Formats: sequence, C-alpha cells, structure tokens
Amino acid sequence: MNKFYISMLTFFCLLLGFTTSISAEVIHQERSLYRNILVDDKGDSRCLKFNVKSNKTNQSCLYKSDPQRLVFNYTKLLFSGLLLIEEPKNILIIGLGGGTMSNTLHQLYPKSIITNVEIDPAVVKVARQYFGFLENQNITSVIQDGRIFIKRAIIKKQKYDWIILDAFNGDYIPEHLLTQEFIQETKSLLNKDGVLSANTFSVSDLYAHESATYKSVFGHFFNVRNYKNSNRIILAANGKLPSLTLINQRVSALKDRLTPFGVDLEQVSNQMTSTSIEQDWPENTKILTDQFSPANLLNN
Amino acid sequence: MTEQQNKPSWQNLFIYLLAFSSGFCIMGIELLGGRILAPFFGSSVHIWGSIITVFMLSLSFGYLAGGKLSTQNASLKKYGFIFVLASITILPVAIWSTPIMEVIFLNVEDSRYGSLLACAALFFIPTIILGMISPYSVRLLVTDKDSSGQTAGKLYFVSTLGSALGTIITSFYFVLFFEVDNIIMVFSSVLGMLGVFAIFLNKSAKPLNVNAIGAVHE
Repeated sequence: MNKFYISMLTFFCLLLGFTTSISAEVIHQERSLYRNILVDDKGDSRCLKFNVKSNKTNQSCLYKSDPQRLVFNYTKLLFSGLLLIEEPKNILIIGLGGGTMSNTLHQLYPKSIITNVEIDPAVVKVARQYFGFLENQNITSVIQDGRIFIKRAIIKKQKYDWIILDAFNGDYIPEHLLTQEFIQETKSLLNKDGVLSANTFSVSDLYAHESATYKSVFGHFFNVRNYKNSNRIILAANGKLPSLTLINQRVSALKDRLTPFGVDLEQVSNQMTSTSIEQDWPENTKILTDQFSPANLLNN
Repeated sequence: MTEQQNKPSWQNLFIYLLAFSSGFCIMGIELLGGRILAPFFGSSVHIWGSIITVFMLSLSFGYLAGGKLSTQNASLKKYGFIFVLASITILPVAIWSTPIMEVIFLNVEDSRYGSLLACAALFFIPTIILGMISPYSVRLLVTDKDSSGQTAGKLYFVSTLGSALGTIITSFYFVLFFEVDNIIMVFSSVLGMLGVFAIFLNKSAKPLNVNAIGAVHE
C-alpha cells in the first residue's frame, strides 16, 4: 500500500514539474477596443489569444524554431483554395490574426498583391511585433470593418482572385459578415474565376443556416474539414467548380511547394466534399440576411 | 380634487399602458438601430456611440417639446395624436433605411460620421416625438401638487420598465424569430393603434369632462 502512495506521489510531483516547465508565459497583454489580447510563449510555440488564457481561444500560433511551418489545421485546410485557381495574383484576407496566412502566401507567390483587412489596430500591431507579420509594397493591411471595406471596394471596382474570410473567433461572431447580402457583395469582388474561402463553424445550429446562405449565393460549394475539430472551410467559386481530375492535377503540381509549411495538400484534397454530393443540412433551412441574422444566438 | 373624481381610473391605467408601450418601442427601435446600421457602417463601438447620442439628444428635445405642448389644452385626443405621429415617422426606418444609408455611405467616407448622420436621418424625428410622451403623460395624470412627484415617479417607473423589457425581449427573442423590418412595423402599428384608441376614448369620455367643467363653473 505504502509503495502505491509513494509512486502516486512521485507521479504527481513529476506531473507538477512537467506542467510548470511548459506552462505558458504571457509576454504581451493589452486591452484593445474590441477585446483583450494575449500573447504567450509555451515551449516552442507562441500563441495569440483573445480574451481568456485557455487553449481554446488560440487565434494564431507559430513555432519559434520553424516560423513558416503552420500550426493550425484550419489554416492548412484554407490552402484547398489553391486547388480551385491557377495562380492568385490578387488576394484579399479579412481578419488578420497573427498574419500567418499573409506571410505564407507571400512566400508562395512573392509577386501577388495581398490586402489584409483587420478591424482591430491592436491586432495588427501585435502581429507585426510578435508574429513577424510582413508588410511591403505587395502586402498591405487596412484597419477597417470587413463589410465596409468590401462595400468601398465594390465602388472602386476592385477585383480579387482569392478572398479569404477569417473574421470569426469562437466567442463573438460579427453578424453582418454572415448574411446573404454580405456574401453577395463579396462574390461581386471576385474575378471571373475567383474563389472564396471562409473559415466557419461546423458545430451548432449556425452550421445549417450558414451553409444554406452560401448555397443561395454560390450554388454548390466544397466543404473542407476534418472531423477532429470544429472548423470547416467553405470553398466556393465564382465560376464552375473544377473537375476531380483538374483538382488532382493541381495537387501534384503544388504539393511539394506546400510541404515546407506543413501542409499535406493530398490530405487536404481528400477532406473536400462537394455539397452536390453531400448536403448535410435540411433543405428548408432559413437563410441569414441583413434582416435576420441572430448568429450569436444560434451559435450556442 | 373634482378632476380626479371625474376622471375614470381606467383612463389613468390606459395612460400608463401607453407610456409603457412607448418605452418598450423606443428601446426596441434603438436596439435594432445597431442591426440596421451594421451593413453600411460596421458593428464597432462608434456605432453605439452614434445611436445612443442621437437617441439621447432627440429624447431631450422631445421632453422639452412635450412639456410645452402639454400646457395648451392637454387632452387624451392630442396625446393620441402624438402616438399616431410617432407611428408614421417610424415607418421610413422600415421602408427606406437602405436607400437613405446608401446615399450617406457614398458621400461620407468616415464611418463614424456616416453612422452619426445615418442615425440622425433615421431616428431623430421619431424619437423626438416619442420623447414628447413622458411629460405629456405626467400632465394628464397629475391631479394635485402634493402627489405630482409620486405620479411622475410612477410614470417613469412604468415607462422605464417598458424600456427594459423592450430591450431584452427584442434582443433575446424578437431577432431570433422575426426580420428587423417586421419588428419595426409591429412597433409602429402598436403605437398607431394605441394612438387611435386614445383619440376614440377621448370622444367617449368627453361628456363626462364637459359635465365636470360645468360642475366646477357652477
């Protein structure tokens, strides 16, 4: 019996030592206009967090020893967008986070023009300071509400090859970025063969509403997800969705270039399902509009 | 004293009900304002700055105007007309908000001043009229100097309770089941119907009032 207690004790001591040695160290903390921002270091990883110090609220992470290798699965899934498009020359990213997507795309396509839109100036500052967010003549960041940016871009007749919507964190959803009108406006900014990737939700009631809303604007689209975590990417095209052969061609052409970033494009392509094959929400689901968008209430 | 005896108590209850409803609608509309403005001006903190500023400013003018109006032959009929007018001036919020905001969005680059202007264009006039209701209600309810503070207190209690309920019910439930424009339309119809009701009540109550005045003069 005594032996058992001793071994338990050592086990807990070890556990305690282990957890404290890898416990997070907060290296930056500030209250912005929109949220509390936390940057913490834990072993090799550095993470940007909003509001609370839990692991669930990670917005963006990087490996300090290998900054270009992507940490989050959903970020990797976003690269499925490249399978629907030849070469994105003009990219719009709504929601900056740590600037990971912008940095990675710049390395892949140094000549492409990348515009990042972020509502919170503090996030842009933190991305620059702690996550190596790069800006140059090809990469710019605009501090503005995504909806307003898109409305103004329509007036200026701007067009993009790839628009990435990544404006949702787990706690609060900007409801005006989920509506049919907004998606229609976003679609009108796409070039003829342009593509939209949206990082959205796969759990909660919102899933069905969001799917129905995207379908009402784009017709069929790809759902990209692995069932391990709660993210799914909606991947929609302004034109026709490409054939499986074309997708596979692009996988083989691109996959080596993406390996250094930790993206297995073959695996990503296997996680794409067209809604023309599998539509997993009820046909009569109510569409979200500027008139009806209780997104935060539906996300419970 | 005579006035209090002759004024039926159901009339007072009715006035409280109307004040409650106007409180409910004001805050319901204010809350939906955020939703209405978001597609053009975003959902940042300055949106609420614009909305609250415009509502407070117009309510303050409304109190002044309502108080002034109540000094000239106050009657349930005129009170009812305020509600009908409020009902009519709310309608553009439901019908023309998009074209109005479009024009402002195109002409004002800064979303802070854009939202302030849009808010003023949509809500300034109806909220002034809704603001007139409180002081006018006090005028209709007060019977003597000694109880005037208590009457005003009761009225604020009822109308602010209405505001609290209007806020929570609209934000928790109405937006979950109805479209924004429809909720606004319902607010407008309820105010309009209550107003018309007040005007008719005034007519049916009139003989009583005439008698009362007659009695006083004798």
